Amino acid sequence: MQEMFPYFLNGISVGGQYALIAIGYTLVYGILRLINFAHGDVFMVAGLVMVYATASMPFYIALPLVVLATVVLGFLIERVAYKPLRSAPRMSLMISAIGVSYLIQNMAFYITGGVPQPVSNPIPWISENVTILGASTKRVTIITPILTILLVVALVYLINHTKIGMAMRAAAKDFETAQLMGIKINKVISMTFIIGSFLAAVGSMLYFTNYPSVAITSGGMPGLKAFVAAVFGGIGSIPGAVVGAFIIGLCEEVIKGLGYTTFSDAFTFALLIVVLCVKPTGLFGEKVTDKV
Amino acid sequence: MTMQKKKTIFTTVVLAALLAACVIVDLTLPSFHIAVTVIKKATVYALVAASMNLLNGFTGLFSLGQAGFMLLGAYAYGVLTIPVAKRASVYQYFDGGAIQFSLPEIFAGFLGDGVGGVVGMLAALLVGGILAALMAYLIGLPVLRLKSDYLAIATLGFAEILRAFFQWNALGPITNGSNLLKSYPTFSKATPYVVLAGVMIAVILLLINSTYGRAFKAIRDDEVAAEAMGINLARHKRLAFVISSFFAGIGGGMMAMYMGTIAAAPFKSSLTYEILLIVVIGGIGSISGSVIASFLYIFSSEWLLRGLDSGEFLGISAPGLFKNGFRMAVFSVIIMVIVLFFRRGIMGDKELPDLLDRRERKHKKEAAGK
Repeated sequence: MQEMFPYFLNGISVGGQYALIAIGYTLVYGILRLINFAHGDVFMVAGLVMVYATASMPFYIALPLVVLATVVLGFLIERVAYKPLRSAPRMSLMISAIGVSYLIQNMAFYITGGVPQPVSNPIPWISENVTILGASTKRVTIITPILTILLVVALVYLINHTKIGMAMRAAAKDFETAQLMGIKINKVISMTFIIGSFLAAVGSMLYFTNYPSVAITSGGMPGLKAFVAAVFGGIGSIPGAVVGAFIIGLCEEVIKGLGYTTFSDAFTFALLIVVLCVKPTGLFGEKVTDKV
Repeated sequence: MTMQKKKTIFTTVVLAALLAACVIVDLTLPSFHIAVTVIKKATVYALVAASMNLLNGFTGLFSLGQAGFMLLGAYAYGVLTIPVAKRASVYQYFDGGAIQFSLPEIFAGFLGDGVGGVVGMLAALLVGGILAALMAYLIGLPVLRLKSDYLAIATLGFAEILRAFFQWNALGPITNGSNLLKSYPTFSKATPYVVLAGVMIAVILLLINSTYGRAFKAIRDDEVAAEAMGINLARHKRLAFVISSFFAGIGGGMMAMYMGTIAAAPFKSSLTYEILLIVVIGGIGSISGSVIASFLYIFSSEWLLRGLDSGEFLGISAPGLFKNGFRMAVFSVIIMVIVLFFRRGIMGDKELPDLLDRRERKHKKEAAGK
């Protein structure tokens, strides 16, 4: 038990980071019915911007800048790549998402020269070591889940108690009717992407302080896993995404702790397939009926 | 002359010209020349793109598992063809590996070195294809019940699981764990690739024009209507998935031949994305489009736009701008433009001989106008 404890701690922390990404997937899917394949790459870009920004300016300027840059990127992706395809079949939208992901990765390759960018203590205080119940870990491991829960509570409040939140719920329920009721659908969709990117930026900063470097492909795996978390929790549901992310993060780290590192990725996908086959609507998802 | 006859002649002429061009390239240029490399890689991509089009374009199943099936084909080819004498050095961490035979050598035993070697290599490709098809059958049982994006993500997940398995140390005696497979026989000339891929693509085309192909298209256009017309949805979807994976497996084996070494790393989901984007450029629902797009894509990325990466392009020298990676950046912008504004791609859903139709109609219109 004692030697497994650090893995539990890590698992909760990784789970928090996945949760922050997973919300971006689940919000967008809820409204557009689109798997935003580019979301993982947005996450990676946030990491890269953090590396560049913290190297040239103090962190209290750099970090808001990272958030701003990521939000702008998310907004632009929606405007350029998804908005023109609003009336196109869903397959085109998905292809466009894959195209964007390809574009971002290639651009990042060009800018970084294909070399993983080393992360060197970007945020001073949180990467210091602390000891909890005999397990030594970085402070960020403790901060992540707390910050995640706070952000999620804020988001749930936003969705349930503000006007834009109500508009988002309406758009997720029925796109066309929401439009007829005078909801400016483009504004709502932009807002979803902005929120998603904001959370991804926070998640990215927490995630990459724990890693030695940011490579152009480092967004792929966390992105996919966060997506699995969103499906597991029931896509479209925010609490679902968070619970799913924590479960996946924990399981992964425990599997690593047991010595099957190769399979920690495979486990996530196996879970996905089991969930899709047994309960495609996930833990908290709504039941959908097929209409002809 | 009837239209059908014209089309047949046109197709034969085009194919013969392409084959002749390829033979000439082989005869005049050394096998390490960039033209030969481009032809080899492009034919492999063309085959895989055609197999993906069969599934995504003609049956409407949005699957992203191609890389996984290619991985199976590639490993099957490598494992079965490495000469016995070289196994000790390839599998140096696994005591020479568990498999102590090599198909080309077995066939060379009773067919002679030249013919037997080739037959053995083809047999290994076939085994790769069959393995991929079997795996597709198994995966298809649960996964094909899912719809559109869930299917996409589940197949993507399966491909990733396969990749993890092939890198697992416990399977090392067969797959060599995370080390390279190498020293297996390959075709050094381009013509064998073209002939092989050509035959496979022809089979795909025949399939598409058969009753099965029509059933696939019916499923794509409207599942409910297709079912009402008596098409067995589950059976046809499974068939399309298995056949597409079979060809992806063979494509993977050919990819292994082209690359010269096999590792699990290149068979990531980004390979699937690349092929999907080729299919989109060529036109979803057009096999000849996929083939043309593969050649265009590989030709420009491997040869034409090389200068963008190395400082000089079209006589413009700008080492600061044209540095490593610029080529792919430009390329992905072009792809996005196609995805957003030319959604039908190069060929739409037409095949190459169909281009004759349009001219015919124009003539008729002109005649009517007079």
